[in-house]
Amino acid sequence: MLPDGERRSAHDAAVFNLREKRDQAGRAEPDFERLREHARALKAHALDHLDLLLERFEENASRAGAVVHWAEDAPALNRIVHQLLESRGARRVVKSKSMLTEECGLNPYLESRGVEVVDTDLGERIVQLASEPPSHIIMPAIHRSREDIGALFHRELDVPPGETDPVRLTEAARRHLRSCFLGADAAITGANFAVAESGTLVVVTNEGNADLGMSLPGLHVACLGLEKLIPGLADLAVLLRLLARSATGQPISVYTSLVNGPRPGAELHIVLVDNGRTRLLADERHRRALGCIRCGACLNTCPVYRRAGGHAYGFAIPGPIGLVLAPALGGTEEQRGLPLASTLCGSCTAVCPVKIDLHEQLISWRASDVPRGLRERLLSRFAAACLSSPALYALAGLALRAAWPVLSRRWPGNPAGPWLASRELPTHPGASFRARWRDRVRGAGP
Amino acid sequence: MPELAAQRPSVALFIPCYVDQLAPEVGLATATVLERLGCEVGFDAGQTCCGQPFVTSGARREAVRLARAHVERFAGADAVVCPSASCVATVRRRYADLIGEARAWRLASRTFELGEFIVSRLGTSDVGACFPHRVALLESCHGLRELELGRASERLDPEPSRIGVTETLLRGVSGLELRPVSRRDECCGFGGAFSFGFPELSARIGRDKLRALSESGAEYVTGTDVSCLLHLEGLRAREGFGPRAIHLAEILASGAGR
Ligand code: SF4
Repeated sequence: MLPDGERRSAHDAAVFNLREKRDQAGRAEPDFERLREHARALKAHALDHLDLLLERFEENASRAGAVVHWAEDAPALNRIVHQLLESRGARRVVKSKSMLTEECGLNPYLESRGVEVVDTDLGERIVQLASEPPSHIIMPAIHRSREDIGALFHRELDVPPGETDPVRLTEAARRHLRSCFLGADAAITGANFAVAESGTLVVVTNEGNADLGMSLPGLHVACLGLEKLIPGLADLAVLLRLLARSATGQPISVYTSLVNGPRPGAELHIVLVDNGRTRLLADERHRRALGCIRCGACLNTCPVYRRAGGHAYGFAIPGPIGLVLAPALGGTEEQRGLPLASTLCGSCTAVCPVKIDLHEQLISWRASDVPRGLRERLLSRFAAACLSSPALYALAGLALRAAWPVLSRRWPGNPAGPWLASRELPTHPGASFRARWRDRVRGAGP
Repeated sequence: MPELAAQRPSVALFIPCYVDQLAPEVGLATATVLERLGCEVGFDAGQTCCGQPFVTSGARREAVRLARAHVERFAGADAVVCPSASCVATVRRRYADLIGEARAWRLASRTFELGEFIVSRLGTSDVGACFPHRVALLESCHGLRELELGRASERLDPEPSRIGVTETLLRGVSGLELRPVSRRDECCGFGGAFSFGFPELSARIGRDKLRALSESGAEYVTGTDVSCLLHLEGLRAREGFGPRAIHLAEILASGAGR
């Protein structure tokens, strides 16, 4: 799944550009590092009191006229949403980007039941038309070039062949989406935050698509993970100042909508989804990952993500935060192995606006959950045994020296094979440090 | 440096296993620099490995075993100095979790990366070295972000940017011209087990780094970690371009001294 050649470099450059914008925006905000600390404490507090916050949110949102549903896992979420749509006879749905519904596979579930789902975020619509998942949590189509999109829109939206002008492409998408909005029976959105003290949903976008969805049809279903809860509107002020700056370098997103209950004559349903979150919450070592506000900054700074591309992860959320959430929220053997896909450079930890210790979490997941084959277990047992005794260690050093010329050549089954695939082994020095130190002491050097 | 010589700080060398086996000259250069600065340098040949590869690959039981042995070995030292930032980071940042003992904490506070020890403990940034070449600095991740030997580019506090200890030392080397590198603190892609688990990705990141280093016009690339340097050197040997890798200790030990 690795993009290659020029495309890879373009992806790397485009994503790194976001990281640089984040740096600029953060530097222009003198309190940025203090805000991060504030946000960390605030999210830690919210997670520690999540049960109370959820209760209060349900109470206040219900009082405002919303109906709150609870979904234990992905199938439950999908079922609830489908039932709501079906009972209202809704067959055409406009959806605004939500990583949670991506995680739960809502689109394919609804489509297989005859519901037409149109993703209305431009990037999301692009990947939907191309029948692939998003590759970034903020910029779903960042892996695609203008040429790609032109060709896709030519095929799907009747744009003239060879069109690559972003303004005209966006215009075509806008025209197409407008008709979808006007013909929709229901809107599905995510939410960036849910405020307990007022029962308010907060939806942040740059395109206003979520707002349009929420205000046109008579039915609005909002799907959010339990971890989105924050205590009050004052907390929102802190998080909003960090979110857009960390994501795209904007001081604030173009649209920030606070939804308090349904519009007159319309229905608002809020589905609170667990899907592994309470289990993660109970895990003292890893629960802090639930503080993530999905800004994408850790993806943008990650040297691995920028080269591998989001699809390489095989999990709805790519990048460092994806690696950390996959063992808890993803089920498959491969997903549990994802914490290994990091150089542990620590840059993710350093950019995260809520100060999640991402690379430390990766180390911790590796120790507790990553499936390790028998071969690796035996190897590390053996290596540790060699290293535990100075005498065995010296012996192993001798053996290594003898084997070095053989290890430096490529042959099938060579344990150094992966390294040699693209690098040379260093030339082995004749003697170890300890041997030379002994000589040095004997020679009574300076 | 007479005032230092009067105290003769005693230093226990911590030579990581892979430096011992693959880059002995880095260990020797470390000793030379420290002695030149008036330290009494000792090496305990009973040491083996701090356990880093086991920590990062998730072999916790083995990591605990090696960490215990390492603490045991160095418990009595006044100062432990090591020419590998990532091994120092293992002792300082991971041991407390592996073995929650006061001795582990104590050792963590006494274990130093070479350049850090020279600048912050010996209080000098001029070691009397001479290296008349164009040099680029590889700010390796563990040194930069876990030991804070420099200031990571992600840090946004408004205070004027502090010059890192490694850079400070290099600026003190006579004849050395430090060349700026684009994306100066992007990872080189080595990542220990990562380079074996994901060899292709590791090499891609490394090649990008090599290109940036090469574009800086440097003849040499230096850093605080032999591992990252060996990775880059291995790529250079395969690709046929880029600056030669040389460890910080070797640069600091070069020239006649005082
Ligand atoms: S982990 Fe932190 S940096 Fe990454 S997406 Fe979440 S909030 Fe942003």
